[in-house]
Amino acid sequence: MKVPIKLTVNGKSHESEVPARQLLVHYLRDDLGLTGTKIGCDTSQCGACVVRINGSTVKSCTCLAVQADGADVVTIEGLAQDGNLHPVQEAFWDNHGLQCGYCTAGMIMTITELLERNPNPSADEVRAGLEGNICRCTGYHNIVKAALAAAEAISTGAGGG
Amino acid sequence: MTTRLFGSGIRRREDPRLITGQASYTDDIKLAGLVHAAILRSPHGHARINSIDTSAAAAAPGVIAVYTGADTEGVLNPMPCAWVIPDSDVKAVAYPPIARDVVRYVGDAVAVVVAEDRYQAEDALELITVDYEPLPTVINPEAAMQEGAPQLHEDAPSNQAFHWVAAGGDTDDAFANADVVVRDTIIQQKLIPNPMEPRSAIATYVPAMGELTIWNTTQNPHIARFVTCLVTGIPEHKIRVIAPEVGGGFGAKIAVYAWDMVTAFCAMKLGRPVKWTETRSENFVSTTHGRDHVEYVEMAANSDGRVTGVRSVVYAGMGAYLSTAAPGIPTILHGLMYSGPYDIANIKADIYGVFTNSTPVEAYRGAGRPEATFLLERLMDLVAAEVGKDPVEVRRMNLIPKFENGHDVAIGLTYDSGDYEGVLNVALEHVNYDQLRHDQAHGREHGRLTGIGVSCYCEICGLGPSQVAGAVGFGGGLWESATVRFYATGKVNVFIGTSPHGQGEETTFAQIMSEELGVPVDDVEVIHGDTDTTPMGWGTYGSRTTVVGGGALALSARKIKDKAITLAAHLLEAAEADIEYEDGNFFVRGAPDNGKTIQEIALMANVAWNMPEGMEPGLEATTFYDPPNFSYPFGAHVAVVNVDPDNGHIVLERYVAVDDCGPQINPMIVEGQVHGGVVQGAGQALWEGAVYDDNGQLLTGSMLDYALPRAHLVPDIETLSTVTPSPHNPLGVKGIGETGTIASTVTIYNAVIDALRPLGVTRLEMPLTPERVWRAIQEAGGHHGHGHSHSHGHDHGHDHGHGH
Ligand code: FES
Ligand code: FES
Repeated sequence: MKVPIKLTVNGKSHESEVPARQLLVHYLRDDLGLTGTKIGCDTSQCGACVVRINGSTVKSCTCLAVQADGADVVTIEGLAQDGNLHPVQEAFWDNHGLQCGYCTAGMIMTITELLERNPNPSADEVRAGLEGNICRCTGYHNIVKAALAAAEAISTGAGGG
Repeated sequence: MTTRLFGSGIRRREDPRLITGQASYTDDIKLAGLVHAAILRSPHGHARINSIDTSAAAAAPGVIAVYTGADTEGVLNPMPCAWVIPDSDVKAVAYPPIARDVVRYVGDAVAVVVAEDRYQAEDALELITVDYEPLPTVINPEAAMQEGAPQLHEDAPSNQAFHWVAAGGDTDDAFANADVVVRDTIIQQKLIPNPMEPRSAIATYVPAMGELTIWNTTQNPHIARFVTCLVTGIPEHKIRVIAPEVGGGFGAKIAVYAWDMVTAFCAMKLGRPVKWTETRSENFVSTTHGRDHVEYVEMAANSDGRVTGVRSVVYAGMGAYLSTAAPGIPTILHGLMYSGPYDIANIKADIYGVFTNSTPVEAYRGAGRPEATFLLERLMDLVAAEVGKDPVEVRRMNLIPKFENGHDVAIGLTYDSGDYEGVLNVALEHVNYDQLRHDQAHGREHGRLTGIGVSCYCEICGLGPSQVAGAVGFGGGLWESATVRFYATGKVNVFIGTSPHGQGEETTFAQIMSEELGVPVDDVEVIHGDTDTTPMGWGTYGSRTTVVGGGALALSARKIKDKAITLAAHLLEAAEADIEYEDGNFFVRGAPDNGKTIQEIALMANVAWNMPEGMEPGLEATTFYDPPNFSYPFGAHVAVVNVDPDNGHIVLERYVAVDDCGPQINPMIVEGQVHGGVVQGAGQALWEGAVYDDNGQLLTGSMLDYALPRAHLVPDIETLSTVTPSPHNPLGVKGIGETGTIASTVTIYNAVIDALRPLGVTRLEMPLTPERVWRAIQEAGGHHGHGHSHSHGHDHGHDHGHGH
């Protein structure tokens, strides 16, 4: 059974017919070709698939494509504006917040939301905020550092975004 | 002129594609006509297959084909084991890509479905009916060797995969004459590596050409090509293996997997590109595991704490089959490292490799060396407790004194260079050790259970001299190659045989180029991971990429420099001997302003309008570099923990890593490797462990049940370093990819035992879960002052004597 959906992804509107059981992450990756969003698990533990839906962070592996009908979705591909990296992306680059890069999209998307909610988090607050995201490479040290640097950059207005 | 970038923590050039979602990992790749495979896996730890009915699956919507072991038999050869340790009677048992009559672990492949989409393929798996006759299982490697244990393979009696002994000196004598002998039984629990990218493969086959291409999440595409040739029978030159972006490996992407061969088989049968990507739950059972030792270890010492001997009997679980490099890990990479950074005259490692009904074991970050470091550092603490000295003091008196060019240890290795006391001093000073002990004692008076762990380590990596690789049974060389190619515009491609997957060598190798030839790093593009475009190499593991691959690159750059000097002399009409080089500029001595830049040289070499007599056009060099020795990074780590006596909860308060990996090309990347390695090692100490039930069911089969380290569970990692160059490679570098994991597990373990010792708890099994800690505290009953653990172990009743 296919269901029609209409949604905006990274500012672009899409009308699609999707199987009712299709996961949002598969719709984004397979139907729209937005493969920047990753799949790291099948138990909603790892956070590699995090996207923003109407501003909230959502694990796109736990959400059906049909549930995103009418929604405004932002993925990692939609974060940089006019060729300028988002401050969180920039901070990940500056602070070696990634190694293999597989968790990175989910980490960055999670942190963008975290910083909107709490623009000046402590290191502990960042760590608590990353409870749903697993990174196997970095030991989290530089991810936390990147998040704090991004908070600083955003609050001082540096780095655009 | 270019700034010197060797030694500078510049940000990585691989990052822009990774932080914007533009990188392509295997599962991100789409090909026209792509179809999807899903693998049916055994739900039994051990069972006979009576029959398989695939008819309903074959008729299901979207299904293109269903294959079982009957289809692959005779077409795919068994999976080979590439590391057959000499003098160990290795039983290379048949490892069919799809099981035929017997399944030997939960996860063994039974059938494969290919369908138009993945949902359909997975639906069809449920329609396959397999009639299994369950057989008894055995999971514990020591139990597997006991009489009456279930047998996995007819040709491996007692489930013994191999038996290997390494010795130096006379341990019998050392233990007979020791003032003090301490013992322990150490369980190196089975670990599940969990790189965040699950494994995946895409295969295409062009029948008219007989050409097979596999995109594959691998750490070593050239080895994958070689093994694919052996398994499929397709000649090596007609196989192309591409490792695109690879999302971490940690050893789990070294093995050449049966599932990749099955994917290739499907593509060959169907003439369509086939993709297989495992789910995470599948990864838990089908991708290789690590560790899994039962170890009986002991250390002999004089009454002052001077260590005279160390020996072990180790039962190393191999899982149900021998994975590609598995036998080398508990032997060469473990048993040969029993001296660590210490001067120990008498050493013996007695290692049994054992088949069990569990997922095959492979390298997992550190691979053998974390286990070696663990037993040494654990025993050092026991010796210290026994002789009543501070653990640091006992270590210090046993360390090998500083050396710069070679030191032989009893087991037969020659370490490259070391300053073990130097790193220890840096670590102790950084934490203010005396103050730390003082605070600990003070806290104890107020019921606070603080523990301090201090470890020294020395590891073997930079694998390695090919002659040694051959002598120890590795089925390949361990050299590396690098091609440097200058274009007319002065831009450079570097082609390497190794295959980094998160370690940042696209950046560090560009830094090597900028150091050697003065080219801006942005003018260098490092190409890796494709057997069709890169020269042969053995892959990225064993902290070898920068040491061996970087060495090959430096030598290629130096060949280019030699050619450039000759060409510059010609262009400047000067004698070669008068040409000087500085920072990308070749000039006649004393006239740097009238020189030729490397870019000008590259242009002339490529257009070749005005070349010296007999000089070939082009500015390109390839080096096949075989290192004369391994490298031996070392360090000292300190952990501080607090244990809550009421609930057994452990908080890792502080972790300090002082490492010496020689000169650091990019210190930011070095630190990143240490951070990640330390936290992975912490995972083993505190949270991770594969748990099987008696029927061979993996109880920790998802990220819900298998506890990976999370951000809120670990502190910032304090990193420091010293620099002791290795005299044995062109850059003097030693490797840093695994040191964190090698040292941190035991450092944290020792810290926890240090915290609990006043309560009478002297040993625990990992992971140190709150429940285990709490129970141990209850059982010890707060019984104070029981110092050491020599009562443990060695009363195990099996009939494979260990000659103690
Ligand atoms: S893939 Fe969504 S949480 Fe792991
Ligand atoms: S960077 Fe590899 S998992 Fe986070």
